[in-house]
Amino acid sequence: MNALDIQGLRLRLPGTARPVLDGVDLTVAPGETVALVGESGSGKTLTSRGALGLLPPGADPEGRILVDGEDVLTMDADRLRTLRTGKAAMVFQDPRAAVNPLRRIGDFLTESVTLTGVLSRADADRRAVELLDAVGLGPDLLRRYPGQLSGGMLQRVMIAAALMGDPVLLLADEPTTALDVTSQAEVIALLDGLRERFGTGLLFVTHDLGLAAAISDRVYVMYAGRIVETGPAERLFDHPRHPYTAALLASTPRLDNPSGRLAAIDGQPPDLRQELTGCPFAARCPLATDLCREQAPPARPVPGEPGHLAACHHSDLLEGSASRA
Amino acid sequence: MPEPGTTPHDPDRTPPPALEVTGLRRTFGTVRAVDDVSFTLAAGGSLGIVGESGSGKTTTARIVVGLEQADEGRVAVRGRARTGPVRGRAARLARAREVQMVFQDPYLSLDPRTSVEAVLRETLRLHFPGTDHGARITELLDQVGLGTRAADALPRQLSGGQRQRVAIARALAVQPAVMVLDEAVAALDVSVQAQVLNLLADIREQTGIGYLFITHDLGVVRCVTDEVIVMRHGRIVEAGRTAEVLDDPQHGYTRLLLESVPRPGWDPDRIAAARRAL
Repeated sequence: MNALDIQGLRLRLPGTARPVLDGVDLTVAPGETVALVGESGSGKTLTSRGALGLLPPGADPEGRILVDGEDVLTMDADRLRTLRTGKAAMVFQDPRAAVNPLRRIGDFLTESVTLTGVLSRADADRRAVELLDAVGLGPDLLRRYPGQLSGGMLQRVMIAAALMGDPVLLLADEPTTALDVTSQAEVIALLDGLRERFGTGLLFVTHDLGLAAAISDRVYVMYAGRIVETGPAERLFDHPRHPYTAALLASTPRLDNPSGRLAAIDGQPPDLRQELTGCPFAARCPLATDLCREQAPPARPVPGEPGHLAACHHSDLLEGSASRA
Repeated sequence: MPEPGTTPHDPDRTPPPALEVTGLRRTFGTVRAVDDVSFTLAAGGSLGIVGESGSGKTTTARIVVGLEQADEGRVAVRGRARTGPVRGRAARLARAREVQMVFQDPYLSLDPRTSVEAVLRETLRLHFPGTDHGARITELLDQVGLGTRAADALPRQLSGGQRQRVAIARALAVQPAVMVLDEAVAALDVSVQAQVLNLLADIREQTGIGYLFITHDLGVVRCVTDEVIVMRHGRIVEAGRTAEVLDDPQHGYTRLLLESVPRPGWDPDRIAAARRAL
């Protein structure tokens, strides 16, 4: 069974002309690292928060979000609370914003599992020490306050906290964006080691294509609320089959590129207040034709590449293209 | 009389460097935030300062702009010193015109109640009073790729990329010698970031304004700078031509920074170990 299985998720919000999520299909297997890549407003954070049943007020969801086989969208408040302390957990971007500065680290770690009765006080303390050790921190931290820890240390505490309920699914929303590059490596190494050790499915939400390529088994690329391309990380980044993925890769300043102008994507993502007919990327796409402006392309498998899908009418024109020329 | 903020052009001499920083020091309590930092930004050049939190890169930038005082050292723009006291309103404004800053967060650096046009008009009226600014405003908006339609917009009606264009237009308005860009593209999405980086390259070509580019992103450094300095714990650990520093780093810390950039085949465990060893 998949740790996370999202099927046809569609989400409408009040005051918008089009769904903010439009037919999202996504799976994360146990022990697998999956990256969800997109720019602001693409719906990547909404999707990952949906897995915890954290939907914005007024949201009207269609489809299914299965965590370890159970549909989050039909859960009542009690079962949601159990889900969030047990099977699914999230590590947020800014650890300082996710912790109460007036409570000790020890309380923060044990609070949720003892309140929901998953673990006894003594067991929770033992587990907290064990997990702090797993993230490379000593038991003396239990008595300290968040303000006494650096950002990197606090993010490791967040990871330990997320693992307290022994989750099958760990959602990490830009967990290293607020960190320095060298501590980023440390946090990633840690997440990866824990995923392997505990067999947790990891959904990694990021805007950083290099990071997604470096750590994930599979990648989903989102644009304007839709999954436009998905596939094995290496194939997708080396041979993208959606023009948006290709353009995103070309517009990223990279260390191994020559200096000078970047291949920028003109224009902006479509506004939520405008209805969308056809492909959401058509207005910015060099390959767009009348067909693209009239008909939304379905996700179609790339011939000869299992697991690689692209939602583009002209995907075959990108055949043989390589992002790293 | 030459226009304030510019030096008379003498074709027989090579122009003085846009910015010259010598022996800069600044301590906060017991912390040496900036410790003997010296560098030169050539006229029309682009110099990157890279480093992590606490490296002193932002404090250095703030001293250059004048938002922070140095304990020791000298900052000169086009050969004129700008450290030391300044007397009078005209001299203070002249000093402000020399160096302009574009901040990281386009959502915080603009007044939410002031329209784009009013932002530019206010800046122009402060620095060049008694002239008509309409034409200049149109020119500036055009230069940063914003249509005249954007002129009436309030910041909240603009996207992050558009706001950063407004911040750049405001900096350009006073024709500075140096523009300090402190993580100016870090908060932007990749596709928008590329547009703004290209815009900055065009502006440098057209105006010859020198860029001091503060960033943690080595890909951005590669893309937009000619020279780079690497800072750690307030000191410069490596400096040189950007291509040379990135292709053949000499200092262990520069190598660690380069290896930390995620890419396929990346080994975070090894980087974490190298970080602890350094």
